[in-house]
Amino acid sequence: MSVASVETPVWVHRTPVKRLMLWAGWLGCVALFVWCWERMTQRTIWAFVWDAPNAAADIGSRAFPPRWSYMERLWAPLWDTINIATLGTLLGIMMAVPLAFLAASNTTPSRLILRPIALFAIVATRSINSLIWALLLVSILGPGILAGILAIALRSIGFIGKLLYEAIEETDIRQVEAISATGASQGQILTYGIVPQVLPSFYGISVFRWDINIRESAILGLVGAGGIGAQLNSSLNMLAWPQVMLIILVILGTVIISEWVSAKVRHAII
Amino acid sequence: MLRIEGLKKTYKTGDKALSDVSFEVPQGQVVGLIGPSGAGKSTLIRCINRLVEPTSGNVLLNDLNLPALRTAELRRARRRIGMIFQEYALVERLTVMENVLSGRLGYVGFWRSFMRRYPDTDIANAFRLLDRVGLMAHADKRADALSGGQRQRVGIARALAQDPELLLIDEPTASLDPKTSRQIMRLIVEICRERGLPAIINIHDVVLAQQFSDRIIGLQAGRVVFDGPPAGLTEDVLTRIYGEEDWTAMRNGAAEDAEAEAEDKAQAEKMLRAL
Amino acid sequence: MSTAYPTTWRKPPQMIHSRALRIALALGAVVYLVLAIGTIEVNWARVVAGMERAQRFVAGFLQPDFTTRWRDISNGLMESLTMTFTSTVVGVAISIPIGVGAARNVAPRAVYLVCRAIIATSRALQEIIVAIFFVALFGFGAFAGFLTLTFATIGFIGKLLAEDIEDIDEAQAEAIRATGASWLQLINYAIQPQVMPRLIGLSLYRLDINFRESAVIGIVGAGGIGAALNTSLSRYEYSSAGAILLIIIAIVMMAEYSSGYLRKWVK
Repeated sequence: MSVASVETPVWVHRTPVKRLMLWAGWLGCVALFVWCWERMTQRTIWAFVWDAPNAAADIGSRAFPPRWSYMERLWAPLWDTINIATLGTLLGIMMAVPLAFLAASNTTPSRLILRPIALFAIVATRSINSLIWALLLVSILGPGILAGILAIALRSIGFIGKLLYEAIEETDIRQVEAISATGASQGQILTYGIVPQVLPSFYGISVFRWDINIRESAILGLVGAGGIGAQLNSSLNMLAWPQVMLIILVILGTVIISEWVSAKVRHAII
Repeated sequence: MLRIEGLKKTYKTGDKALSDVSFEVPQGQVVGLIGPSGAGKSTLIRCINRLVEPTSGNVLLNDLNLPALRTAELRRARRRIGMIFQEYALVERLTVMENVLSGRLGYVGFWRSFMRRYPDTDIANAFRLLDRVGLMAHADKRADALSGGQRQRVGIARALAQDPELLLIDEPTASLDPKTSRQIMRLIVEICRERGLPAIINIHDVVLAQQFSDRIIGLQAGRVVFDGPPAGLTEDVLTRIYGEEDWTAMRNGAAEDAEAEAEDKAQAEKMLRAL
Repeated sequence: MSTAYPTTWRKPPQMIHSRALRIALALGAVVYLVLAIGTIEVNWARVVAGMERAQRFVAGFLQPDFTTRWRDISNGLMESLTMTFTSTVVGVAISIPIGVGAARNVAPRAVYLVCRAIIATSRALQEIIVAIFFVALFGFGAFAGFLTLTFATIGFIGKLLAEDIEDIDEAQAEAIRATGASWLQLINYAIQPQVMPRLIGLSLYRLDINFRESAVIGIVGAGGIGAALNTSLSRYEYSSAGAILLIIIAIVMMAEYSSGYLRKWVK
């Protein structure tokens, strides 16, 4: 805390003006919350809400036990899900790396034209969830895992691009300076001065994103982009709760394994 | 031979780092450049190989005027000027050998350097240099696994791998303990003698400067205020250069640890923000 | 000076030292890639037909149509924004006790386990899957979306807050304990000042994430702008879809900019 302390004989926690502003701020927040709540629940049918515990009990009783025999139909979509995540991550990396070098202020070849374009591409791909990308791509390419891979790749560009360009901007300039002092060319400065410095964060970011992508690819099937989500969708439509239960357990298991793998790999690399 | 004529540097912020610096360094002379922090020592050294662009003036290295060169010519000129840095400035995640070989970057093409396929003579020479600085056994270690003194030896080997005509040395002992500082300075001077290399050593430790250089140049507020033999550094002269007292802040180990930890946290924070 | 120095040098492997393992891993990667890429089935006729739509989408994105569906868009946007705000507030409020409970250094063991279990469940379940269930239970609309986002917020903030409390400077807590303070006083004096700035920062991140998520859960019926987006895409009204996407991007950019500003101000 860098607050300069002023010696006063009477100790008050905050000055009156500050206290007033704080109270006004809280009051404003509460008012905003109440207004938002009113707006949001305008069209809520409360009968459904009060009935929810019964509905939950009903679904719960029907979902148990999970239909284990359905598992044999899940292996193929599960394999697709993993492929969507992995290939999507790889494709995302391939597009994000050049974009990151264009976006980083210390490596960009053109500060006025290419850098803003690269930054916008990074923000735009990052703001839009992979499910929305999938929705769009399915309507363009037709259903299938290709749409899923591209959706995952597009969403990954923004994430990897942002983290990577920040890592590039934070490289130690002394090391870069030392390499330029040897008479190295631009390409050599990049490969000797900058790349070795960002490589560890690059690996970390990629594995982290792969882990997130496994989660996201599990649901892309809901909109037709391949993977285990398609089975989830059809089981939901048929109200086949035991199957739904099994699929959710399978997704949970995959997520836990991928998180474990990614933690292990990141630990080994860094 | 290096000749500097009327060198000036004014930064964009308006700070006048150098105003009208001129001197000449003959073959084989080791020049100690002293002066308080902010006197323009680093700027002067960097203006020679144009890591900092001088505002005006000439820097003549064997009759080649460096400030007038275009990019490609500058690269060719830079490879004959070895530079040794404060806090080593090694590429920490590369091996010792790669760091030494990076001194050859100006001589080999991009793909050769990218694939790490340097000419045989370069590699033999790199091994000879590592042997000379006493690090033969550490060639395959990563640079960040070495101690401070060892890292600076790698820095010296890298500069020598360039086969330089001039050495620019920026605070070579800034983060070393007194004993290692002496060893490093002795090594640098020995090598300059062996090869008849001229060198400019920017150094804030007056005792070290006196002990190891042939000539002292004192810089104060961007001007040369003393130029003469080490013996000429009287108390009077030192007061002229430094003013009354000189406080040089040193970073300690604890601060560095705290910094590393803060960096780890910042990394995690960034991952979150990108979600 | 006559010692002969080697004239070749190869960079030693940095991560995996066994040559056999390296080759096996490389081969495995190639085999996996071939198999995985082999599973992609592309219906080229469909793709060619889709190209025309892609063109229309790009055109729609460049010339967005805000007016035709403005009622849907503004309703959806309002729902998304109100849902985002209420769910963040409620989610953070709930996650504070849970986060404190999940911090090993201040909570008793039983409480710790229960709170960690809650956090783990919330984090493991995808928002979309949770949304599907809440829609099934509470009916279509923003209320289900609100519950989904609240649930997700609890896992996110709870975990990070717990980790933060576990990382606090023990010396400060000890000094307060030494004064004979009660547990609540300990939390108030030693923990709260240390984690408060970060909690505010995290809440702002979560606000931003919740908004982006609110655009998605509408696809499964949990209200918000996602529903409008879904409708316009399924009707192939790409200029309206482009308008919605642009609005989302603009709001995310604005949120990011202003939250950065706010965080600086809080510090």
